[in-house]
Amino acid sequence: MPRAFPPATWVVMPLLLAVALLVPVLNLLAPPGSAFHVPTYTVSLLGKYLCFAILALSVDLVWGYGGILSLGHGAFFALGGYAMGMHLMRRIGDRGVYANPDLPDFMVFLNWEELPWYWQGFDMFWFAALMVVLAPGTLALVFGWFAFRSRVTGVYLSIITQALTFALMLAFFRNDMGFGGNNGLTDFKDILGFNLQADGTRLTLFAITAITLALAFATCGYIVRSRTGLVLVAIRDAESRTRFCGYRVEHYKLFVWTVSAVIAGIGGALYVPQVGIINPSEFAPASSIEAVIWVALGGRGTLWGAILGAVGVNGVKSWLTGAFPDVWLYALGALFVAVTLFLPKGIAGALAGLGRARPATPPLAVGREAKA
Amino acid sequence: MTAAVTTTVHDGRAVGSILYLDGVSVSFDGFKALNNLSLVVERGELRAIIGPNGAGKTTMMDVITGKTRPDAGTILFREDIDLKRRDEAEIALLGIGRKFQKPTVFESHDVFTNLELALKGERALFRSLFFGLSGEQRNRIDAVLRTIRLGEHRRRLAGELSHGQKQWLEIGMLLVQDPELLLIDEPVAGMTDAETEATGELLRAIAQGHSVVVVEHDMEFVRGLGAKVTVLHEGSVLAEGSLEQVQNDQRVIEVYLGR
Repeated sequence: MPRAFPPATWVVMPLLLAVALLVPVLNLLAPPGSAFHVPTYTVSLLGKYLCFAILALSVDLVWGYGGILSLGHGAFFALGGYAMGMHLMRRIGDRGVYANPDLPDFMVFLNWEELPWYWQGFDMFWFAALMVVLAPGTLALVFGWFAFRSRVTGVYLSIITQALTFALMLAFFRNDMGFGGNNGLTDFKDILGFNLQADGTRLTLFAITAITLALAFATCGYIVRSRTGLVLVAIRDAESRTRFCGYRVEHYKLFVWTVSAVIAGIGGALYVPQVGIINPSEFAPASSIEAVIWVALGGRGTLWGAILGAVGVNGVKSWLTGAFPDVWLYALGALFVAVTLFLPKGIAGALAGLGRARPATPPLAVGREAKA
Repeated sequence: MTAAVTTTVHDGRAVGSILYLDGVSVSFDGFKALNNLSLVVERGELRAIIGPNGAGKTTMMDVITGKTRPDAGTILFREDIDLKRRDEAEIALLGIGRKFQKPTVFESHDVFTNLELALKGERALFRSLFFGLSGEQRNRIDAVLRTIRLGEHRRRLAGELSHGQKQWLEIGMLLVQDPELLLIDEPVAGMTDAETEATGELLRAIAQGHSVVVVEHDMEFVRGLGAKVTVLHEGSVLAEGSLEQVQNDQRVIEVYLGR
């Protein structure tokens, strides 16, 4: 008998589906100049936030529930992004600057004669889509297998996740890796035959992103609500107790870690067509740390808090970097300090606290008895 | 009186024992935490283990439950299961439960969920992803909740319980896990007198159906248990027998009072 989904699902899912529908509708139907009109530029910006929200969700799954503080989740996001970027690159065909039908521009520029083996197949969308899942998933599986089996935990694990993403960044910076080096992959033309600059394509990508976020939320919600999720929280709170109860802690960690990496990768794949570029800076340690900050600000261990944090922080960031470009980093720092001091459970925790008059019920236990 | 291992081993079987340790040694950076430790617990026995700080009581539990690998020696469970090469989860599933010295429960889960997670049964990942509790399992948890006197607190967070209640919850988690052998580390440390008495009652009740090893400092509590006592000192057994016997043992007196 499955335990189904957390109560928040029935608010978050309809909300995201409404956003998926409403934002494109307001773009198309509200006349430009009206207060309700959402310009296409804003739609793509919002789409980017939602991709970050998918990343934040994946971080919250491992950190908020499994207690695994990953400071390298941006690597999985970037790998998914690169897989999608490689596909878009191949679909440019002979429309590149060098008009070479077989090689992407940067390879022509480097005087490469033929396509490297690891670029084969990326001209097909299904293959690229598979790689969006497999590339981050396999890396996470291998990395997690070694890390969790050797019982690397806490700050040591955080440090090696950070090292992982840093190493990948250095590797992707190299031209001879064959991923466009420093410049990354860009100048994309179309996706599945639809022009990436067209409003229709952008609106559709936005809607798909919102729906994917909703599905990712439901998936995470299901996992944390299942007994697997209960075991994860148990591991987070008392790992050795969980082992002495007979649970194979490393299996549970590896499972949630890999699922989380795949979700992050899908987020990255949706991000690339909307921003039009992927380069090694996505692997930068700072990007991964920023994702952790979104989750901490939004409220760790709530899932919806992660979405709130990602969209909120990035919204403020866009506004501040436009209005006061110099103060953005200070503002982020101040925000983080303030939330840590005054809202230790993040915005979601504070909101949940307001709505609850009776003594605290654990977020995971709410409504479980009714279901049972 | 030196504790002689009387159980004989035939063809790798320690006949009649639930737990059999022979010549177990563990050292950490040259410090011998266990030094040629030999100990036999009979099936169904309630055994108390005492000893000064650093005697190796907790290390002994670590070695039995797979947390620490011994450098040398034999450890057999249920006559012939070698525990030396198994890890914590495997040993737990074989039927050895452990209660830590400091109460260790899942603080952000409620009392009921703590018991649910400890409940004997499936531990595999993919089953836990798709299945919940059966009615029978629910009844079992309810029964244990009454035994450990936490029936009214079933939906409270474990982290909100008092120290004594946490100790009971942890004992309850062992009960639902239903191991054949329970290792209990200082169950009454930090408890009030009333709580201590209730805990003693609880342990005697548990000992009816299980083999139990209790590590404890509190002599009055050990006397109340009425169990055979093993005294550990510097990683090996110093004396074994009834509480009166060991309390009159000259070397035990020296270790506890002398120097």
